[in-house]
Amino acid sequence: MAAMTKEETEALIQEVLEVYPENAKKDRAKHLAVNDQSLEKANKCITSNRKSLPGVMTIRGCAYAGSKGVVWGPIKDMIHISHGPVGCGQYSRAGRRNYYVGTTGVNTFGTMNFTSDFQEKDIVFGGDKKLAKLIDEIEVLFPLNKGISIQSECPIGLIGDDIEAVAKVKNKEHGKTIVPVRCEGFRGVSQSLGHHIANDAIRDWVLEKRDGDDSFPTTPYDVAVIGDYNIGGDAWASRTLLEEMGLRVVAQWSGDGTIAEIEKTPKVKLNLIHCYRSMNYIARHMEEKYSIPWIEYNFFGPTKIAESLRRIAAHFDETIIEGAERVIKKYEAEYDAVIAKYKPRLQGKRVMLYVGGLRPRHVIGAYEDLGMEVVGTGYEFGHNDDYDRTIKEMGNATLLYDDVTGYEFEEFVKKVQPDLIGSGIKEKYIFQKMGIPFRQMHSWDYSGPYHGYDGFAIFARDMDMTLNNPCWKQIKAPWKKDAASNEAVKAVA
Amino acid sequence: MPSVMLRKREDGKLLFYVAKKDLEETIESLEFDSPDKWGGEVVLGDGSKYFFDILDAPPKIPLHCKRNAYKGGCHGFIYSC
Repeated sequence: MAAMTKEETEALIQEVLEVYPENAKKDRAKHLAVNDQSLEKANKCITSNRKSLPGVMTIRGCAYAGSKGVVWGPIKDMIHISHGPVGCGQYSRAGRRNYYVGTTGVNTFGTMNFTSDFQEKDIVFGGDKKLAKLIDEIEVLFPLNKGISIQSECPIGLIGDDIEAVAKVKNKEHGKTIVPVRCEGFRGVSQSLGHHIANDAIRDWVLEKRDGDDSFPTTPYDVAVIGDYNIGGDAWASRTLLEEMGLRVVAQWSGDGTIAEIEKTPKVKLNLIHCYRSMNYIARHMEEKYSIPWIEYNFFGPTKIAESLRRIAAHFDETIIEGAERVIKKYEAEYDAVIAKYKPRLQGKRVMLYVGGLRPRHVIGAYEDLGMEVVGTGYEFGHNDDYDRTIKEMGNATLLYDDVTGYEFEEFVKKVQPDLIGSGIKEKYIFQKMGIPFRQMHSWDYSGPYHGYDGFAIFARDMDMTLNNPCWKQIKAPWKKDAASNEAVKAVA
Repeated sequence: MPSVMLRKREDGKLLFYVAKKDLEETIESLEFDSPDKWGGEVVLGDGSKYFFDILDAPPKIPLHCKRNAYKGGCHGFIYSC
């Protein structure tokens, strides 16, 4: 199918909206748009970060998911207590594949689930005593933990437990950082508020711990990698590039990160933001309080990597600028070979994306490097500023969908007929059953890393593996196939 | 109510950011912007207007401005930096 014109895309949106009742149609129409690169601001064409309507199938998460799952969870040497009923922590345990180095259960705790397992009596009489006891038990069983965060689940806010008081008392008693995070799931409209709350908790309880302490030796080349969660090793693939160009990565937020790194971050010279959505709050805070500038970068695909490395280098002196060029040169042969191998197999294929915080716009460059085209994109929980940044990356007359519902997404796919879809696990099997190749783009479909030059090779291989998999030709039953393809099968047999 | 965060963009323009409103706009004009007087009426890229308390000297940017008294009219509230 050829690229759609603006009118065709608009007609498609109208057609999909047709089934809704009047009010729902009016509301959903604001969230669906045709991209127009000439627009300066996204709020003229698309509404985002609004409450999902009851009755539609949204794909969003909750504030607890944003705080415990995204921001705090990957900090490996802290213990993150899922305070409340057991399910929230257990069903999200280790699903995100934030890799880390360390011995789990001894000095790192990333894939473990700590929960206060609320029962009826805790709801009736309050759970503060249980929380205090839990923290004492943790200190006995896991003495090498460097801190504890208390991630509230919905009931904590509903019954009004005072977790801050418990945190303060236990902090005095054990002398460790104990952070109460008020990220009850019902807060806000999506996980996005959870990111904000988590950022604010870091700001209030952790970040200023080493203010006025200059014992940490600094260099002019100190940077912090912020908003890289090391999914499948992403942060490592990014970090090597930054270190090769001569920078010193002091902190990783928060993939494979530690609390000590977070405390040292106010000493760096530049903050590098990968996931803008989830960590821009803390970057803005550090800019104001510690005068640390921040820039966004994008490590998906060689074009964007080279662009980002040069932009980062421009904040430093000659040696780093040379270093960036040296790194780009060093990997040139490697990524050229990847493109030479996979581009002919993927050229012209069309992709639809629907992911979370940064990927709906960040991975576009990587697909374009492989000769593919992104024909539709959308955020689960993006805000206006995300769409501002997306408009420029996407082609004209492509689809934009905010907080897309299950129904809309299916209909769009049926009409647009993309060659590949990148979205989450809940969407995966629906589209695979519809016979469309699918990659789970939240945790790289159990593959990765996808960041950096090393990651690009894996990204290209995975896309080829999925798209050109022979199984897609077997989807139709033999008696439903047209005669020509049946002849071909006979000839092979 | 929201506080406003001001920061300089790479191209030197001032950005007006309200986290709670998802509002990130460039400041198109500032009534007083001289070494001895700073503040007054602010016009954003989208045409909306705000009012900053008038200061004796330009503040150090980035900074937070808190919402203060109600001024009325099209300005709404005064933000003090």
